[in-house]
Amino acid sequence: MTALDAQPWDLVIVGGGNAALCAAIEAAEAGLKPLILEAAPKPYRGGNSRHTRNFRCMHRGPLSVLTGSYEEDEYFDDLIRVTKGETDEALARMTIRTSEDCLPWMEAHGVAFQPSLSGTLSLSRTNAFFLGGGKALVNAYYNTAEDLGVTVAYEAEVTQIHVTGPRFEGVTAKIAGHETRIEGRGLILASGGFQADLDWLARAWGPAARNFLIRGTPYNRGVPLKAMLDHGADSVGDPTQCHAVAIDGRAAKFDGGIVTRLDCVPFSIVVNQNGERFYDEGEDVWPKRYAIWGRLVAAQPEQVAYSIIDAKSRELFMPSVYPPVEADTLDGLAQKLGLPGTKLRETVEAFNAACRDGDFHPTELDGLATEGLTPPKTNWARPITEPPFYGYSLRPGVTFTYLGLKVDETARVAGPAGRFDNIWAAGEIMAGSILGQGYLAGFGMTIGTVFGRIAGQEAAAHV
Amino acid sequence: MFDRIENGPPKLTATDEARRQVEICNACRYCEGYCAVFPSAFSQRAFSDGDITQLASLCHNCRGCYYACQYTEPHEFALNLPRALAEVRVESWDRFAWPGGFARLFQRSGGALALMLVLGIAALFWALTALAPSGGEGFYAYLSHTAMVAIFAPAFLLPLAAIAIGLHRYWAEVGGERIRWPHLKAACADAATMRNLSGGAAEGCNFEKGDRYSQARRHAHQAVFWGFLLCFAATSSGTVLHYVFDMQAPYGLFSLPKLLGLPGGVLLTIGAIGLIALKFKADAHLGAPEVWGGEVAFTALLGLTGLTGLLLYAATGTALVAPLLALHLGTVLAFFLTTPYSKMVHGFYRMAALIRDAQRKQG
Ligand SMILES: Cc1cc2nc3c(=O)[nH]c(=O)nc-3n(C[C@H](O)[C@H](O)[C@H](O)COP(=O)(O)OP(=O)(O)OC[C@H]3O[C@@H](n4cnc5c(N)ncnc54)[C@H](O)[C@@H]3O)c2cc1C
Ligand code: SF4
Ligand code: SF4
Repeated sequence: MTALDAQPWDLVIVGGGNAALCAAIEAAEAGLKPLILEAAPKPYRGGNSRHTRNFRCMHRGPLSVLTGSYEEDEYFDDLIRVTKGETDEALARMTIRTSEDCLPWMEAHGVAFQPSLSGTLSLSRTNAFFLGGGKALVNAYYNTAEDLGVTVAYEAEVTQIHVTGPRFEGVTAKIAGHETRIEGRGLILASGGFQADLDWLARAWGPAARNFLIRGTPYNRGVPLKAMLDHGADSVGDPTQCHAVAIDGRAAKFDGGIVTRLDCVPFSIVVNQNGERFYDEGEDVWPKRYAIWGRLVAAQPEQVAYSIIDAKSRELFMPSVYPPVEADTLDGLAQKLGLPGTKLRETVEAFNAACRDGDFHPTELDGLATEGLTPPKTNWARPITEPPFYGYSLRPGVTFTYLGLKVDETARVAGPAGRFDNIWAAGEIMAGSILGQGYLAGFGMTIGTVFGRIAGQEAAAHV
Repeated sequence: MFDRIENGPPKLTATDEARRQVEICNACRYCEGYCAVFPSAFSQRAFSDGDITQLASLCHNCRGCYYACQYTEPHEFALNLPRALAEVRVESWDRFAWPGGFARLFQRSGGALALMLVLGIAALFWALTALAPSGGEGFYAYLSHTAMVAIFAPAFLLPLAAIAIGLHRYWAEVGGERIRWPHLKAACADAATMRNLSGGAAEGCNFEKGDRYSQARRHAHQAVFWGFLLCFAATSSGTVLHYVFDMQAPYGLFSLPKLLGLPGGVLLTIGAIGLIALKFKADAHLGAPEVWGGEVAFTALLGLTGLTGLLLYAATGTALVAPLLALHLGTVLAFFLTTPYSKMVHGFYRMAALIRDAQRKQG
């Protein structure tokens, strides 16, 4: 491999996920020689992008695998609804409009798409699914980048960023255990959020965060983000918040990815460690509630909860990767889950007594609600009576953190004295510029693709 | 060469290991668009042994789902679905084969296949000397038509009977239903185009170039497939000419057997060389390593049937006809006799799996 510290690089790109790769490809196509510094070893390259399945794409008519049309205003309304207005409208609309060009660009650079996956039909109009998922996408981009002459260093964690006034000069990276200083004429930051740094997460959120599971890569520790904030870069997004969803409590600490998803909550009752219910499990369909449940579970003792169903609900949701804990009696189940048996039985009996007759429709809001119960269950409330009984543990799983760098529509990072001369940011690290709170499925990859490409083009025009 | 890969003892049975992996896939579903395995798996929640056998038989070992998987080693889920399904196929062919032990031998051992080849050729040399006819034209000047039929009719029909037994066992295990015409039509269309080898929307498979897509394996396999069918058609047409029209070999260049056989032989030879070259480039640990040698030897044997046929034709009128005839017929004999126990059976089980999958889809 080229001696990385021998010459100044045209462009140093920190990170090896979707945003970094889009930037590298654009820059290389414009004639630059970029260097990608990826903290992860090769088998784990690609950050959280390797766990994704689709991106949200505007289109004015059927496009590739996308059906119907999904126009700017509808897309923007969907975004505003989840961010509750915490969105830079101009930047958001630019991102949405540009997403339409991204799909053909992605195909031209090796990404293959597939029709929306079974069980996700509701997304077939708005979200284009990657054939094989995000790792296949990342592989395709690495191959394209390699063909374009991009240099990639794995196990190369950037630890310092050297900036003089408004100018970037170089980075220090730990490569194979050695601190190496690498000079460059431009810098693109695409290193994601800081959610894998549990100490930082605990400082921001509180000690409970140590019990959170991290759904994606362990390499997004926010070191470049912190370095830039120390250089006085403008930040956006709530520094104390993260996007967390309720996932299978048995998942590994990191990198559990999509399969740790649990879709049983709407058909269950959820109790905490003390065997008590704490929220309406049937408030809405699961895709609209799983993020709320991340926070709800985070607020329970030990950050854990248990979703309990009986035999009649077993087949109503997507299969889970870990089989449920199973018992023929509620007492048996309580024992296996480590819950207080008497309390669990009381909770279930109170719930069963509050259930009413009516039509049950698992795929829509059926209004089958409890009566006289606090908290109520407002849909899909059927008594839990039919053995065997099943239990799944739930824990908060962090997807990403909101704190990020503020950028303009050219992806340029803003500093204490206006914009930096030669520093751009793309992807999760700047997503807070658009997503102040909440999350819209598939928008993370859209932001990364749009801003990655812009950053690459801008760097090519300015270094 | 044929035993170059060591393989430790598996922890779970092949079927249990594949089930473990398929259950993870069923919670993930990212690979749905690659091939028929995934839609078939995702239509179920629990997987019986027969379900796993059926899924394994639908898999072409294109490896698309390996390189796309975020759960491959060192991840604790240790996904390697192409290998898991390949191991299930190997075990299932052992189990279905009749008589049983032959499949265990010929699937794994390239040496055993080579030995069969030597024996086949030796048998033909013996036949040429011992059963030398007094008259006859063309090949029949060396081996009478009656002798040829006496050797090849049983060598063709007995293996077919063995395969029928295997297929019957397969069908029972996967819970197949009565086969109707639309099932057959759908399965034949899939097989003829090797639709599933195309990698869905991706451009080919991930066989020999790591995570880069390539059409090389599909093209080489097409060449072997059509080459084999053409050669088979050539022989069949010769039989028909002989018995129905009373036209005896040798046939001229513009006769049906030659028009089918020549391109068939060329395709078969080139395709087999291509497939072997690809196998040497590909990562053996994404298949079933213990049958790597047996598979290479089988492909070589198949290619040799084409190559020796072409050589024999090229030698027409020379002194080499007799030895080349023994070589060619001996190769064909070894190929036929081992068919129920070599990689060749994959075609039959694949066809059965496609028919079964058509039944699932058509309800
Ligand atoms: C389980 C899961 C599923 C998801 N599904 C979807 C989906 O379907 N659609 C969607 O749009 N979004 C999805 N998201 C969100 C999506 O993953 C992110 O929005 C997107 O991947 C961000 O891309 P990125 O390139 O900015 O960051 P990443 O892909 O996370 O890349 C960051 C890169 O920076 C590297 N890095 C970090 N620190 C350093 C350092 N100091 N030095 C060098 N390199 C460093 C990392 O190793 C990594 O390669 C999902 C997230 C998760 C966790
Ligand atoms: S092979 Fe991996 S990525 Fe593909 S469906 Fe299975 S678990 Fe998911
Ligand atoms: S190896 Fe290819 S054919 Fe086999 S399951 Fe994976 S994608 Fe399907």
